[in-house]
Amino acid sequence: MKQSRLRLPALFFRSLGLDTRTLGLIATLLLIWVVFHLLSGGLFLTPRNLWNLSVQSSAIAIMTAGMVLVIVSRNIDLSIGSMLGFVGMIMGVIQTDLLPKLFGFEYPATWALTLAAGLTFGVLLGALQGFIVAYIEIPSFIVTLGGLLVWRGAAWWVTSGQTVAPLDDTFKLMGGGPEGSIGAMWSWFVGLGACAAVALSLANGRTKRKKFGFLPRPIAADIFLGAVACAVILGAVAVANAYPWPPGIVARYAQARHIALPEGGLFIAHGIAIPVLIAMAVGVVMTFLAKRTRFGRYVYAIGGNPEAAELAGINTRWVIVKVFMLMGFLAALSGAVMIARLNAATNAEGTLAELLVIAAAVIGGTSLAGGVGTVAGAMLGAVIMQSLQSGMVLLGVDTPLQNIAVGVVLVLAAWLDALYRRRTTSQGV
Amino acid sequence: MTDFDIGAAGPPLVTLRDICVSFGGVHALDHASLELCAGEVLALVGHNGAGKSTLAKVLSGACARDSGTISIGGVEAAISSPRDARQYGIETIYQTLALADNIDAAANIFLGRELKTSWGTLDDLAMEAQARAVMGRLNPQFARFKDPVKSLSGGQRQSVAIARTILFNARILIMDEPTAALGPQETAQVGDLIRKLKAEGLAILLISHDIHDVFDLADRICAMKNGRVVATARVADVSKDEVLGMIILGKCPPGALAGPGAVDPSRFDAPAHTAP
Repeated sequence: MKQSRLRLPALFFRSLGLDTRTLGLIATLLLIWVVFHLLSGGLFLTPRNLWNLSVQSSAIAIMTAGMVLVIVSRNIDLSIGSMLGFVGMIMGVIQTDLLPKLFGFEYPATWALTLAAGLTFGVLLGALQGFIVAYIEIPSFIVTLGGLLVWRGAAWWVTSGQTVAPLDDTFKLMGGGPEGSIGAMWSWFVGLGACAAVALSLANGRTKRKKFGFLPRPIAADIFLGAVACAVILGAVAVANAYPWPPGIVARYAQARHIALPEGGLFIAHGIAIPVLIAMAVGVVMTFLAKRTRFGRYVYAIGGNPEAAELAGINTRWVIVKVFMLMGFLAALSGAVMIARLNAATNAEGTLAELLVIAAAVIGGTSLAGGVGTVAGAMLGAVIMQSLQSGMVLLGVDTPLQNIAVGVVLVLAAWLDALYRRRTTSQGV
Repeated sequence: MTDFDIGAAGPPLVTLRDICVSFGGVHALDHASLELCAGEVLALVGHNGAGKSTLAKVLSGACARDSGTISIGGVEAAISSPRDARQYGIETIYQTLALADNIDAAANIFLGRELKTSWGTLDDLAMEAQARAVMGRLNPQFARFKDPVKSLSGGQRQSVAIARTILFNARILIMDEPTAALGPQETAQVGDLIRKLKAEGLAILLISHDIHDVFDLADRICAMKNGRVVATARVADVSKDEVLGMIILGKCPPGALAGPGAVDPSRFDAPAHTAP
C-alpha cells in the first residue's frame, strides 16, 4: 500500500499516456522557457511570444505526428519537405487559377476544394512511396531520398518556379494571424470541451476497469489528474486570450464594421490560432490511431519485430503503405498551413523540413531502431525545437549559431535517450 | 499409399504429401511427407539443417513450398501465409518465439487477433483480462502484464508464446523446440501442458533435439535427414539408440517404416553390425 502511494506520480503519468520520458520532456521544455525568459529580460513567457511560438510550432508538429509512426515502423521519410512544397504549389495553383476560372474569386468553397485536393495528392504520393518500400522492397531511405529530389523538382515544374500569391482569403485562415484565430469566446468553448473530454475519458476508464474486475485507480488520483489536465488546458486558453490584436488591425476592423473606437483602443483577443487547433486535432487523432486501433498496434509490433508481426498474420506490407499514406496526408496538411501563413506558395516551401521533423521526433524520444516513440512526445519535441529557435531569435543569436545549437541539442537528446533506455532495461522496468 | 498408417489412430487430421522446398540450389525439403492425427504427439527429430523447422514452417504458412500438398481433415488446404494457417486452426510456437519485444504480454498474445470494443477500438482491458486468465493456467506467478515482453525472463516469454497458441482453440499445434530456453522446472511444466493439450484432442507436432523429451512426450517419431524423411515409428517400437541411428545414419530400424530418406539397409547388414 505504501509502495503504491510512493509510485502515485508515476501512475498519474502512465494513465495519461505519458511515461517518465514524456515527463522529462515537459520538464526540459519548461526549463528552456524559464532560462530564455530570464536571459531575455522577461520577453519569452509573454502571451505574445507564447502565442507566436504555438503558431510556429504547429506546421512541424503536424508532420512530426506522422513521422513517429514512420520511424516506429523502422522506416524513414526524407521526402516530406519536398512533398510539402509540391503539394503546396498544387494547392496554390488550384485556388488562384483553376477554381477561380470555374467559380470566380473568393468562391466560398474554394478553400475546402483546394484542401481536399491537396490532401488527396499527399495521400497518393505517400501511397506511391509506401508501395515501393513495402512491395518492391526498396529501403525507405532510398525511396524517400529519391522522393526528396523528385517532388522538389515537381514543385518547380508546376509553375516553372513562379511564386503563387495571394491566396484565397478563407484558405489563409489556416495560417493563423489575427483573423486566423478563433477569438476569446470560442477559445473558452474549446478549452471547456477539452476539459469535459478529459473528465469523460477518466470516468470511462474507471467504469471499464471495474467491469473487468481490475482495481480502479484511487479516486483522488483521478481527480488530481483531471484537475491538472484541465488547469493546463484552461491556462493555455487564458494565455492565448491575453494576447490582443495589434492596434492597427483593430482600427481597420473597427472601421470596416463601423464601430467607434473607444479611448485607449479596443481589446480584441487572438484566442487559439487555427493552425494550433489543427495541430492539436492531429495530435489527438494520431494518438488515438497509435494507441487505440489495430493499425497502431500493428505499426508498433512491426517496429518491435517485423518477422513476428508477419508470423502473427499481420499484412505488414499494407500496414507500411498506410503509414506512408498517413505521412503524405500530414505533409499536405502541413503544407496548407505553411502556404496559408505565408499567403503564397513557393517551390522552396518546406526545404529541410524533413530534417527538422526527424530531429523533433528524435528529441521527443522516438528511437530510430524502431518500435519506440509516442505521438505526444514527438510533438513536444517539435515545440522544444521551436522554443530553442525562437528563444535564440529573441536573444539576437545569429542564424548559424542557432543551427549549431539545435544540432548539438539533437545529438544530446539522442544521447540522453540512450542513457535513459539503458538504465530502464538494466533495472528490468 | 499405405506407408504412413503406422500408429495412426483413425484418419489423419493433417497430411503433408511430397513437400519440396529449395533455397537456391539446396534442397531443404525433398519430397517430405507426414501424417498427424488428432490427439497425438508426433515428434520430428533430426540434425540441424535436416529440414524439421522448414517442414513445420510450411505447415504454419511461414515458408512457401515449391511443390506438394497439405490436407487438413482430408481436404486439401490452401496455406500460403500464416494468416491462412491460423484459419485452419494451426498455431505455432516458433523457436525464436516470434514476440514483438516492445509491446506487452496481452498485446503479444492477441497480436493479429485483437479484441475490439463496440466502437471498433482496441479493447485492451478485455484482452488483459483474458490474458490474465490464460496465463494463470500456464504460469500462475506471472504478474507483469504491463511491461514490454523484452524485459521478461526466458521462461516468461515462453509462457507468453504458448498462451498465444492455446487461447484460440487450436486444432493443430506446432512446437519448435519449445523447451530450448527453459530450466528444468519450466520444461516439466511445458511437458504437462503438452499432455493436457493432447488429451483435449489437439494434434501436436513437436520438434525437439532432446531425445528424452521425445520419448517422454511423443506417440510417434519421425526422423529427418538432409531434407528427407528417414523413417516413422511408434515410440513403443523403437529404442533410443535406434532413433539416434535414424537421425545420424539415416538408418531405418526394424520397428519403423522407411521413408525416402532411409539409406539402403544392406549397408547395415554387414556382420559387424550388432543390432538388438
